[in-house]
Amino acid sequence: MTRTGFVIANLFRKRVRTILTLLSVIMAFLLFGLLQSVNTIFSAGADFVGATRLFVQARVSFTTALPLSMLPKLEAIPGVTRVAYQQWFGGVWLKTNTQLIMFALEPQRYHDVYPEWKMPEAQWQAFERTRTGLIVGRQLANQYGWKLGQRVPISSNIWPQKNGSKAWEFDLVGIFDGKDEDWQKRTNLAFMQQDYFEEANQFGIKGRTNFFILQLAAGANAEAISKTVDAMFENSPDETKTQTEKDFNISFVKQIGDIGLMVRWILFAVFFTLLLVVGNTMAQSVRERVPELAVLKTLGFSDRSVLGFVLAEAFVLVLAGGLVGMVLASLAGAMVEKATGGQFLLEVNGGVWFLGVAAIVLMSLAVGLLPALRARRLKIVDALAGH
Amino acid sequence: MSEPMVQVHNVTKVYERGKQKIEVLHGLTLDIPKGDFVALMGPSGSGKTTLLNLIGGLDKPTSGEITVGGRRIDQLGSGQLANWRAHNVGFVFQFYNLMPVLTAEGNVELPLLLTRLSGAQRRKNVSVALEVVGLADRAKHKPRELSGGQEQRVAIARALVSDPQLLVCDEPTGDLDRKTADEILGLLQVLNRDHGKTIVIVTHDPKAAEFARRTLHLEKGQLLEQAA
Repeated sequence: MTRTGFVIANLFRKRVRTILTLLSVIMAFLLFGLLQSVNTIFSAGADFVGATRLFVQARVSFTTALPLSMLPKLEAIPGVTRVAYQQWFGGVWLKTNTQLIMFALEPQRYHDVYPEWKMPEAQWQAFERTRTGLIVGRQLANQYGWKLGQRVPISSNIWPQKNGSKAWEFDLVGIFDGKDEDWQKRTNLAFMQQDYFEEANQFGIKGRTNFFILQLAAGANAEAISKTVDAMFENSPDETKTQTEKDFNISFVKQIGDIGLMVRWILFAVFFTLLLVVGNTMAQSVRERVPELAVLKTLGFSDRSVLGFVLAEAFVLVLAGGLVGMVLASLAGAMVEKATGGQFLLEVNGGVWFLGVAAIVLMSLAVGLLPALRARRLKIVDALAGH
Repeated sequence: MSEPMVQVHNVTKVYERGKQKIEVLHGLTLDIPKGDFVALMGPSGSGKTTLLNLIGGLDKPTSGEITVGGRRIDQLGSGQLANWRAHNVGFVFQFYNLMPVLTAEGNVELPLLLTRLSGAQRRKNVSVALEVVGLADRAKHKPRELSGGQEQRVAIARALVSDPQLLVCDEPTGDLDRKTADEILGLLQVLNRDHGKTIVIVTHDPKAAEFARRTLHLEKGQLLEQAA
């Protein structure tokens, strides 16, 4: 038997209680690992390394449209090889009333900027020449059982037609796949012609788009180009914010609210609850063992040793639960990343692990210190006499 | 018998319970020679357990001197006293006070965690201690799997394992039936006679006191008489 063995033996004196407490610690750190990874994504600075495309939106918000007249200026920037644009349509599949991720765009430009989409040239050409043409990703087509040549009625929750109807009729002229497994997971998109949109929308919106997509030349300095674009339109009515595709996707999600602040509040609530649960367990455990702790002192263990035993119990409990929780968070993060085709990188990286370990140490102290001090202050005679 | 193992000189102990002060021992003086087996008897509240606690270094007198094995223990700080207890005194309690989460051998090994002995040496000492009390075959059993008498034997083994010269026992047979109590007291006699341990027991049982070499009576915090 060793001191460590003694600590672990005492931890499992009430097996069910310890296991339930351990599970709560595991859950707390699982949430911590995942949420902190989310927080890292939303708090991280822009990362331009390896970017081959940049997204240009209105600085105010991507819901604010930009004029298509910006196109030639953007195309003229050194390092930019091609420019496409996308206008949010807000499509709803009428049969099931489900929201679609659907944009209006110029087919040829989009085809050039996104070589990752694989679709027969004949279908691209059909899309280009068919005003009411619609192309969808394979995932979307399979989900609703759409076939090539089918008439697909889709409504827009933003743009009614000039005739007042929200239902727009489309001809499905193309189904695209992704170039690999990751891109295939993103084939839940739908695209229509910008011309059709401009012609038929009731509000007469013409010559405007939600964002531009700049395709960069190989080796181009994405960060420099990003700054050039924003500088070009600074102090104009259409100030821009240029970022990578990844950062654009993150900011899309951020419109829900200050994700970072939400995450921090959730984590606070989680750990506060954990503090109460585990702290109560430790306090109860010490209360039950007052005579035993007195006997330890009788045998010659110092006040500091007894304090150390109780703190060690708290530490082992939180450490075991914390490590398991963090490992589970790592596994869950990897699963999320795989399931979203790499779009949502929920990586429990070294930084998150470091914070996790720091949280383990602090939580151990927080839950163990008061019971440990109580154990330290025990008077042998009074404790043995039952006072 | 040779020089005193325990020297208590003019010891007074006062407890404070809120605003109330209770003087439990009044200027008590006694000597316990090395190798003696002394029973402390007296009615409830007479101060016998308090005296035992002072001799065992579990508490400090309000005034007076206590010397055990040539050391003034009343002058030691709490850390020093804990260290002193670990090497000089073995305790046996009425209700055994074993750790329920440890086996018999784990309980006996507990005091040895305070030494620098290796794991192998500790296990050897534990084995010897359990042999002495006749429980070598129950080493792997937890307290809940032992009878009262067996638990008390484990407690005695735990008290012996560091080879202290002094054993203090507070009502060691108080929770046992007559037969088992006699076995435990017989064991204490063997430890005293054959192993030279100085033993002080507190008891309210006259039959238990018969196993001791002499009996000291306390009443209202003072020594009344000595009976051999």
